[in-house]
Amino acid sequence: MHLYILKRIVLLFPTLLGISLLVFLMLYFVPGDPAQIMLGERANAETLAELRTEMGLDQPFYIQFYRFFSGLLSGDLGRSIRTHEKITVEIFQRFPATFELTLFSMFIATFVGISTGILAAVRRGKFIDLLSMIGATAGISMPIFWLALLLVLMFSVYLPIFPVSGRMGTHIYLEPVTYFYTLDAVLAGDWAALSNVLWHLTLPAIALGTIPMAVIARMTRASLLEVLGEDYVRTAWAKGLARRWVILRHAMRNAFIPTLTVIALEFGYLLGGAVITETIFAWPGVGRWLFLAVQARDFRAVQGGVLLIATIFVLVNLLADILYAWLDPRIRYEK
Amino acid sequence: MNYLKFVFAAFLLACGGTQTANDTLVFVRGSDSVGLDPALETDGESFKVCDNIYETLVTYDEETTEVIPQLAHAWDVSDDMLTWTFHLRTDVQFHDGTPFNAQAMLFSLGRQFFKDHPHHDIPGAYKYWKDMDMDNIVSDMSAPNDSTFVFQLKRANAPFLSNLAMNFCAAVSPTAVEKYGSDFFKHPTGTGPFRFVEWRKDERIILDRNEQYWGKTTPLKRLIFKPIQEASVRFLELKQGTAQGMDNLNPEYIEQIRNNPDLQLLTQPGMNVGYLAMNMDKPPFDKPLVRRALNHAINKQALVDNFYQGLALAAKNPIPPTMWSYNDQVQGYEYDPQRARQLLAEAGLSDGFETELWAMPVPRPYMPQPDKIAQAIQADLEKIGVRAKIVQWEWGTYLDKVSQGEHTMALLGWTGDNGDPDNFLYVLLDKTAAEKPAGNIAFYRSDQLHDVLVRARASAQRDERDALYRQAQEIIFRDAPWVPLVHATQTAAFRHNVEGFKLHPTGNKWFRNVRINTP
Repeated sequence: MHLYILKRIVLLFPTLLGISLLVFLMLYFVPGDPAQIMLGERANAETLAELRTEMGLDQPFYIQFYRFFSGLLSGDLGRSIRTHEKITVEIFQRFPATFELTLFSMFIATFVGISTGILAAVRRGKFIDLLSMIGATAGISMPIFWLALLLVLMFSVYLPIFPVSGRMGTHIYLEPVTYFYTLDAVLAGDWAALSNVLWHLTLPAIALGTIPMAVIARMTRASLLEVLGEDYVRTAWAKGLARRWVILRHAMRNAFIPTLTVIALEFGYLLGGAVITETIFAWPGVGRWLFLAVQARDFRAVQGGVLLIATIFVLVNLLADILYAWLDPRIRYEK
Repeated sequence: MNYLKFVFAAFLLACGGTQTANDTLVFVRGSDSVGLDPALETDGESFKVCDNIYETLVTYDEETTEVIPQLAHAWDVSDDMLTWTFHLRTDVQFHDGTPFNAQAMLFSLGRQFFKDHPHHDIPGAYKYWKDMDMDNIVSDMSAPNDSTFVFQLKRANAPFLSNLAMNFCAAVSPTAVEKYGSDFFKHPTGTGPFRFVEWRKDERIILDRNEQYWGKTTPLKRLIFKPIQEASVRFLELKQGTAQGMDNLNPEYIEQIRNNPDLQLLTQPGMNVGYLAMNMDKPPFDKPLVRRALNHAINKQALVDNFYQGLALAAKNPIPPTMWSYNDQVQGYEYDPQRARQLLAEAGLSDGFETELWAMPVPRPYMPQPDKIAQAIQADLEKIGVRAKIVQWEWGTYLDKVSQGEHTMALLGWTGDNGDPDNFLYVLLDKTAAEKPAGNIAFYRSDQLHDVLVRARASAQRDERDALYRQAQEIIFRDAPWVPLVHATQTAAFRHNVEGFKLHPTGNKWFRNVRINTP
């Protein structure tokens, strides 16, 4: 098992090297000169040449890649072309926003999704099953842009319960330590700030969590239904075990593995930043930042951002694999 | 149950806290600042914040581009217009306590000018300094004593004074630049009415009143800039009262704002122009008759009505009517397809011709929907037999290709920098600007115009300059290198109890006189 994890971690490096080369090539060959885009209508020969030199764009391809890669190895991703800020700082300030939102969305999605899935499976064919599966189908097919705006209109405008946008009230001041505002509030012992931060998190977390919630509910229902038909479950029923015990302890443990895969995948996706949700709720996360970087052909920022997301995605999947092994002895004893 | 009560109480607590105090103004805008070093930035969102933190030797009048004193209380110009001496205020200090004097000014401008200055080579070039051609205008600068600052110019240049009012010429604290180095852009330290407090990227920038300000302190205690990309959400924040002001309104909100007693709308013709340039290096646009024909063929008012919802003015001159020397005597070419056909026939093109119409791939401040405007122009031209194919390129490529003259006709525009007519006419239409990569993408080369523009540059007499620029507009009208299309209106909206904000032609956003009245 340990060997397996080690192998996966070692494999991470060639994967990331491949990804960075691929992204580098894509940005290199895609049309659009970052210097020209930055200067816009006022570009002239002199400023363009100077800016290109400063960005290193006048260097041949392999030197540009070598510089990027040697920087990467020493932990320096360089400075953003667009904002002249260190890429590591840009990421450090924005990633916590994405992570915090993802955690809350996935918490809601997992909790509601699994509960709904179990309920639907147990009451298969009954009204509650029909209702929750209609809900899940709607959840998957709903454009998030529309859903997010609808939530804002309903719960911020017509029923002004939640704030329209942002991570915390403009009047709140928190010392930025971790940039996880919930954590920063706890560290500062500022409970008013904490409740304000949670209050701001609610709507975006619901909006972002809707699709994963629906996927999780459907997956839980399907795999639980499959397991409920197995012999060992019938045996459990026959032994006269309590209903809750049979479903949660015996059936759910096996049914949970496919659901866990889905949760891990969704978690990985959301950590890559959710451009639409971040845009509507003015959430300062990595998604929008990366989007702007691509628009400006800010290749250093795109490189850094994509590497971060790829690393996280691979790590989350690794974590999911470790969890399978923990849940399912068959996987554990294979190696 | 107790738990639920706690949650509810916490929510109420949080809800109760959203009302901002009456001396705090939250201004929402489309995106965050890129950086806050006035000499490095090129984007409007950065300048909006810098406008309130920094000051310059001279500045613009509150509502016009007239240049007035700021950190310099007076200045003299030598007769040959080559020596400019500025007399500085002696009661000013930077937000970090560093005294403001001629040495500080020499540091602020010298880091952009002197190649051997320790802060000359930093990440992010001093783009505006180069862009306004300062290296070719200034020959030296010095600080003979604490309250005197002197420029030596290479040649007489009247617009130079207007350049000094721009953000890139602002005084920055030498102590802060030394301390933060290339990170100064996130520790902005100036002499302005607001001082910097906090910047959370993509979330908010907080400025507080500068209590030590040399002038009248601001009525606002705190000013917060909050970026919200989605226009509808920005508008909701304003409607809900969680924001007190916003700019760049979508035209569809204008009616709603007018009908909402809680809100007020501010509009002003912007200092910009959107135009169609005809490449005079390529036939048939070398013929004045053809260019005039196209000027008559395009229905500008329809463009204004359909794509700007009325928030623009149909243009007849390259410079906007808010700018001094605007020549209202110029008739303009009225929309007259009949006349256009006739002119084409006179040029020997009664069957029309085939050509290309290039359009920007991205919305610009002067042209929010370039692709749709191109289609409307295409339809107008079709009516006189000119069959134009619309061509689009990725934005950077587009700019590169038009500056190399690869187009036949191209849409483009300009937003003024310093409020001087030279900043439109010279950079966009002078023959020297037609050298590739060109700013003059009509490749219009008129010796007569060049002579007028050079004389206007070299004159210290405002009346004389005014007359020369009026003459320049007549020459341009006659030669018709462009179809001047529109001057887009700049907009802002505030809560009804916000008072004292004025839109400025340069797009500067000053909050020094803004107050919020108790409702």
